[in-house]
Amino acid sequence: MPTKRIPLPYSPKVLEYFRNPKNLGPLEDASVVAMAGSPACGDMIAIYLKVNDESEIIEKATFESYGCAANIAAASVMTEMITGKTLKEAWNLTWKDLSDALGGLPSIKFHCGILAVGALRRAIREYYRKKGKNPDWLPEDLTKEEKMALEEEELVKRLQKRYERMLKRGE
Amino acid sequence: MGAGDFRSVEELLKAHGKPPREVYLDCENSPWVPPEVIDAMLPYFNTIGYGNPLITHKAGWEAYEAYRRALIQIARPINADPQQFIITHSGTEANNLAIKGYVLANKDKGRKIVVSEIEHLSVIFTAEYLKNCGFEVVKVPVDAEGFIDLEKLADIVDRETILVSIMLVNHEIGTIEPLREAVEVVKDKNPDVVFHTDAADAYGKIKFDVEKLGVDMVSLSARKIYGPRGVGALYVREGIRLEKLIHGQISIEELWPGVENVPLVMGFAKASELIFKDFDRNVSHMRKLRDMLIDGILSSIPYTFLNGPKGDRRAPDNVNISFLYCEGEAMVIELSTHGVYVSSGSACASRMLEPSHVLLAIGRKFEEVHGSLLMKVTPYHTVEDIKYVLEVLPKAVERIRSISALKPEGD
Ligand SMILES: Cc1ncc(COP(=O)(O)O)c(C=O)c1O
Repeated sequence: MPTKRIPLPYSPKVLEYFRNPKNLGPLEDASVVAMAGSPACGDMIAIYLKVNDESEIIEKATFESYGCAANIAAASVMTEMITGKTLKEAWNLTWKDLSDALGGLPSIKFHCGILAVGALRRAIREYYRKKGKNPDWLPEDLTKEEKMALEEEELVKRLQKRYERMLKRGE
Repeated sequence: MGAGDFRSVEELLKAHGKPPREVYLDCENSPWVPPEVIDAMLPYFNTIGYGNPLITHKAGWEAYEAYRRALIQIARPINADPQQFIITHSGTEANNLAIKGYVLANKDKGRKIVVSEIEHLSVIFTAEYLKNCGFEVVKVPVDAEGFIDLEKLADIVDRETILVSIMLVNHEIGTIEPLREAVEVVKDKNPDVVFHTDAADAYGKIKFDVEKLGVDMVSLSARKIYGPRGVGALYVREGIRLEKLIHGQISIEELWPGVENVPLVMGFAKASELIFKDFDRNVSHMRKLRDMLIDGILSSIPYTFLNGPKGDRRAPDNVNISFLYCEGEAMVIELSTHGVYVSSGSACASRMLEPSHVLLAIGRKFEEVHGSLLMKVTPYHTVEDIKYVLEVLPKAVERIRSISALKPEGD
């Protein structure tokens, strides 16, 4: 067990993306949009994708983020990394790729990268669901990132319920 | 720890740059210490009284005399006996000594400990530790402004209760608790209960008198009155027995071994002298800045609300506001780039990913807590400082909201 409290030493990259986020804002002609996280988590990412239906290439990707600087930076750098990629290539992006692109996230902020990838994979699944397609590379089971995004959403719901119960008991 | 955890932030600081103007409003988390206090400490490192106050030579006697005078200065404004103070190395230690020290020395008298929901974590976690040791811990709820429920308190306190710890002023939302009434309620139910109050955020901000309050133990922290970090004090009414928690060679403090840090204690005393010398003026100045900041924010930024009470029932220095559709850590960093330093009750900002227990206890929703900012004005701030903050803050909030995936309905 480390004897020191976990600090928050962001890399200058995180600050750069936080100050000048690329690909910010909703996308009017998005083919698909997906979210991960929740207001209660204090962490919520929306990903908008405009996909070329023939080539399945992501022509444009944008984001919105209710969250900390790492959250904003992870979502923003991800939209840059997936633009021009096929959906299959984008699917294979991992949270570690995002962390590396940001010069390494502090471990307490890994979940920001996980949430961004979780939102992206939800968007990709939703795209194929809408098209009625089921490519063979798309796993049926949820991937680690999707599961973890879901777990965070569930966890905070449970926490919230616990607090509500506690406050009621107090009344 | 991950690879990114122990890296240098030099590059980050370079990228951050030095803002044209700086306003430090984060005295909750660490003080800005005025030069007078530094000047009062420096001689005691190597010019006078640098000896161990227990040793019988000139350098030691000088240290002892300085220490004695410091205790008198710290005790007098709250009408306490200076001989009944134990100097510790922080407010956290004072709270630990009061609670663990009393409970462990008096466990034959009962098993129940009562604290409020909104205590400082140095009280909450100490109580939880004792719970794990087999004691019963009951938390008194508070209302939407953070005032403790006196009726509930009366219900909770019984023959088994040995210690009640309720703070005088809440450090996050500024609630000034009805402590005299609380002491009466408690002693009415069980006169043998010892009443401890964490007054770290009350000392120097509101007037109080240990005798009139009727409390038995009082914790203080130098850094909350712009003194140095790493020095606190516990007042213990005569006749109350505490268990020793740390062991080692005793200098002056029987209950807190180790050589006394006389320079820091001198800083504590100087900070106390400065805040009480012009007490009324300091308080009215802080109140003015506080209300200017609160009113300025609430009137110019939509979807904001105050946490904690208004006016005279609020500590003069405390500003705590929730900004909906904004996450706190993002705001803290955005404001930092403009030279305004604040903190947030957000889970992200806490580094433990736990939102503020105080804001949750007054019934705030998680998203309201994540968007909260805590700012503390001091006697050293000026109207110009607050004007600058009011200029920077709306823009910061607007930018963070423009990034946000969470928007007001209809927007
Ligand atoms: C109410 C209260 N109690 C205790 C403490 C702990 O003081 P210290 O930082 O000296 O340990 C603080 C400090 O913020 C406080 O506000």
